[in-house]
Amino acid sequence: MCLGIPGEVVEFLPDQPDLARVDVSGVRRVINVGLLADDLPEPGEWVLIHVGFALSKIDESEAAAALEFLESIGQAYADELAALAESRIE
Amino acid sequence: MRYVDEFRSADKAHALAARITELCEPGRQYKFMEVCGGHTHTIYKHGLEDYLPEAITLVHGPGCPVCVIPMGRVDDAIHLASQPEVIMTSFGDMMRVPGSQGSFFDAKAAGTDIRMVYSPLDSLKIARQNPGKRVVFMAIGFETTTPSTAMTILRAKAMGLENFSVFCNHVTIIPAIKAILDSPDLRLDGFIGPGHVSTVIGCRPYEFIASGYGKPVVVAGFEPLDILQSIYMLMVQLSEGRTEVENQYTRVVPWDGNLAALTAINEVMELRPYFEWRGLGFITHSAMRLREGFRAFDAEVLFDVPGVRVADPKACQCGEVLKGVLKPWECKVFGTACTPETPIGTCMVSPEGACAAYYNYGRMSRRRVVEVELTRP
Repeated sequence: MCLGIPGEVVEFLPDQPDLARVDVSGVRRVINVGLLADDLPEPGEWVLIHVGFALSKIDESEAAAALEFLESIGQAYADELAALAESRIE
Repeated sequence: MRYVDEFRSADKAHALAARITELCEPGRQYKFMEVCGGHTHTIYKHGLEDYLPEAITLVHGPGCPVCVIPMGRVDDAIHLASQPEVIMTSFGDMMRVPGSQGSFFDAKAAGTDIRMVYSPLDSLKIARQNPGKRVVFMAIGFETTTPSTAMTILRAKAMGLENFSVFCNHVTIIPAIKAILDSPDLRLDGFIGPGHVSTVIGCRPYEFIASGYGKPVVVAGFEPLDILQSIYMLMVQLSEGRTEVENQYTRVVPWDGNLAALTAINEVMELRPYFEWRGLGFITHSAMRLREGFRAFDAEVLFDVPGVRVADPKACQCGEVLKGVLKPWECKVFGTACTPETPIGTCMVSPEGACAAYYNYGRMSRRRVVEVELTRP
């Protein structure tokens, strides 16, 4: 929860500029990117997501490192991914 | 996509450790606190203490969001969740945190409607789908999750949603660090600053630690080499007689934080006069509540919250662990009565808790290992 999870921006939702579809470890879900409004990520760029909100843009190598870190936590990350898979904010 | 080797190289780790060792003054002991539970996890997962010279001790700090929620707030939340027509929503991390009468999981098993959500925004959807119910979101966390709650409340207001409220338990990291600095129990030489909290608040809020208390702070990333690099940066400062705030995690943390996130928090929330932390007691201006203009979304205004105060279980020494005074294994119930399966204290519940990190990786302090070896016949 406190640790951000990396997601790759896939697309923005039509007519909802603060919502974007991201890919997190193969799970595709919609998140809110309103907190990055000053410097919105492009599709293909990576963001660090905290409980459904992108809080910072990161590069691909940081995303890989963050992902390995989360995978090392084990069950807690599996639970977080499962929760994300259930998330429907759009 | 695998680039992590650059953050994990054992050769680089040994090289950094050698430079850290060179900077140690003979006869001096150094104590650095890693504030964030994510760092604690990395330290035990990779056995970083084994790389460091004996003169350096790492002390675990209070930066585990569920660890610091007092039992009374869990009891209050379960009371709220038990009210007629209420659906409580909560992050999964919170579900096993023990209150005096059990956890959210226990309450759910007894029929209380408590639902796990990934994001506070999920609660809005649940509220829309259940117009006859009152949805209360159990908001917890440091500044990494506070902006999300603030943004969710702003969205609820914009939507005109009338059956959604927040039981706000957001805490702020700076007063907790100050409480530790003011405590006579522990003398620290510097801080490894939290990575993700700092993406929101930036590095400036730590300046009082450097200027007022004369301790260096280095905001750090979560990879093993990030942490070793941060310790090196702390040691360089001390050896040069400097005490400053430095940012090792520049690839994620901007010096000024996330202005949009800070603006959202400030619009919706204000500091409480005081708030109780598990194990640490009451700390002034250490938590957030909703502003007057958002009373319609404040569960503490809309419901009668008992304000339960419960003393921590006598056997549990989470407070000392959260303050860094005790190592997890020095707690009387660690690994015996208190395990991740049957936690007594919060430090054993969360993967970010120091006790769970110790328990899961079987790391004991070097001193204890040495003691065990010395006492062997």
